[in-house]
Amino acid sequence: MTDNILDSDSLRSSINESISNQKRSTVTVLSSLLAVQDSLHYIPDEAIEEIASFCKVTINDVWSVASFYTNFRFTPPGDKTLDVCWGPSCHINGAQKLITKAHDLLDIEGEGESSDNKVTLRYSTCLGACAQSPVFAIDHKMFGKLDEGKVETLIDTLKKE
Amino acid sequence: MSKNYKNLKNLSEKYISDIYDNKVVIKVQTGTSGQAVGADEVLKTLQAKNSNEINVLEVGSMGLMYLEPMVVVSLPSKDKIYYANVTENIASEIYDHYSSKKTIYKQNAFAYESNSSLDVDFPNINDLPQFSNQLRIATRNFGDITPGDIYQYINNEGYAALDKALFEMSPEEVVEEVKNSGLRGRGGAAFPTGVKWSFLAPNKAATKYVLCNCEEGDPGAYNDKGILETDPHTLVEGLILNGYATNSNKSYVFIRQGHDIPINAIERAIKEAYDNGILGENILGSNFSFDMEVSLTGDSYVAGEETALMEAIEGKRSTPRFKPPFPAASGLWKKPTNINNVKTISYVPEIIKNGSEWFKGTGTEKSTGTAIVCLSGHINRPGMYEIPMGMTINDVLENIGGGSNSETDIKMLQTGGPLGGVLGKEAFSTKIDFDEMAKSGAILGSGGIIVCDDSVSVVDLIRNLVAFNQFESCGKCFPCRLGNTHMYDVLDRLCNSKSEPNDLALLERIGNSMKIGSLCGHGQLGYNPISSSLKYFQSEISDSINNISEPLEKMLIPTRTRPNNLE
Repeated sequence: MTDNILDSDSLRSSINESISNQKRSTVTVLSSLLAVQDSLHYIPDEAIEEIASFCKVTINDVWSVASFYTNFRFTPPGDKTLDVCWGPSCHINGAQKLITKAHDLLDIEGEGESSDNKVTLRYSTCLGACAQSPVFAIDHKMFGKLDEGKVETLIDTLKKE
Repeated sequence: MSKNYKNLKNLSEKYISDIYDNKVVIKVQTGTSGQAVGADEVLKTLQAKNSNEINVLEVGSMGLMYLEPMVVVSLPSKDKIYYANVTENIASEIYDHYSSKKTIYKQNAFAYESNSSLDVDFPNINDLPQFSNQLRIATRNFGDITPGDIYQYINNEGYAALDKALFEMSPEEVVEEVKNSGLRGRGGAAFPTGVKWSFLAPNKAATKYVLCNCEEGDPGAYNDKGILETDPHTLVEGLILNGYATNSNKSYVFIRQGHDIPINAIERAIKEAYDNGILGENILGSNFSFDMEVSLTGDSYVAGEETALMEAIEGKRSTPRFKPPFPAASGLWKKPTNINNVKTISYVPEIIKNGSEWFKGTGTEKSTGTAIVCLSGHINRPGMYEIPMGMTINDVLENIGGGSNSETDIKMLQTGGPLGGVLGKEAFSTKIDFDEMAKSGAILGSGGIIVCDDSVSVVDLIRNLVAFNQFESCGKCFPCRLGNTHMYDVLDRLCNSKSEPNDLALLERIGNSMKIGSLCGHGQLGYNPISSSLKYFQSEISDSINNISEPLEKMLIPTRTRPNNLE
């Protein structure tokens, strides 16, 4: 219990640091949420409260925005995030097989975390490197022209890291 | 202390001669696409080396993405040698070769550029059809300069148009020039740009905004982010011209978080523009002041709709607003606002510099200029190419794209994003321009062309497109929110050989409801992938309806919903 309170306090101070030191001059609920997600990689309940008081809006207003954009998540992700693209360019170049392969290797069903919490798998609608499709990304770094062998190597390194 | 253009030119000349004079310059084409195949590692390998004879420059992609990682060596003689599919080892050998020898390193070289003819067994780049058939206006600097480096941009005549406009033209004249050029919006709607600007220009409000839309959510299109990450100063210059022409004070470049490469490039460009008196107070010593900032959004495709975009900049849910009022009267924070796509803005500097008559001479009568197409899928040369409007689809596929990359022919294309259309072979003789493409049942839209060979089933493709549309519906209008989900369910049972007799009529009815009952294009155009496919693939779709096709595999798609299903 004490740990939780301490955690929550340090969480709040880190949240306040990211929302009060935003890089760009236009500060909004959305920009504050993005700043928190950028530093913590998820939006804890504390962030919703801090952003509400920082932007002088209600908690409901902040939830409204946070629940809308599909990049926000509300639990901590795995150490690494693997984005798998299911957009049409990747789709016709065999993405579904590769996604299934990634599922098998990581023992993840659909989207979510591996049991050791090392990897989060997320579907992406388009990573923007369609000329190199099929494409995956690990923490925003792209890997293109994938086949099942390359996916295996990629996930092997992910697991070892 | 503001600098005038002449000062900047002088600074730029000195800067450039330090890089190039008596040096071999090795340019590595990085960027999103290059990174996906290892260009960053190639760059690191080269940067780790050290020689007084050689400079290594990071540049953006020149669009020939199928050849990446690409390296271009610029010799002191000004001749250039182009290398394809460069590995770290080859990069290292290239560097070592040029640090000691005056000869040409031939391994992995695929083309050269020179005024004379070199004694080598690979062609001049201007003889390659995928290069020579292009007309590079907005992409003129691609692969040549470091993204965001202002002096390299100025050396390529950058900001000359801005200097000309600020000191030789009135804002009204800039609007007239853009109007007269025939430039039309490249974001999808193809509305005449100058006319749009003229709605905002006369408004006397004290605060007015110009916004640039880089929320390029269309799968298969990457040319907006491509411009940002390869030549962001072209966009900055175009946007300042947009602001000057419409007497506006501030602009936002709107892009989705997570696209770090284009975001970093545009932020560097904006910073260098401020540092050199090109943004801020009294630009280039004129009376015109203008600010620019990047605005990030979360993941939402509908945020690319112009009023939804304004909601997102204001920090809210990106859902479309009712119109009227139109943005020119009441837009961002209820202030008069003008909004344009990245590609549209990127033509403006060249139009102002060379004049509208020059621009009118390119492309077709009603669609002036060029189209920046992104080829992907089953094609030999996937990449980003700027082609004159009026070129046929077939010429793009064969001369530029090099045809199908498999044993089978090209069967169909998906163009203009997931709300665009599907085109069959009969449409390949269509000229690429706004009106001809619309007649063929598809749209040019963002310029993405996804090429499918015979192995792709049309119902599987439209199921994928509709899956995207249902995932990305913002949910504000129920015909779009429920309609897309309903259409997806029907398409899924088509793919599973479980279709019901009236499914085609049902799809049409849903599509019509979406068209009538939705505020923005997301719902209004949601039936497009199906209606355009029916035009070209009626019998294949009938086979699925009659359950005589083989069932297809289940498609893996996100089950996340909007609003997010919270735990």
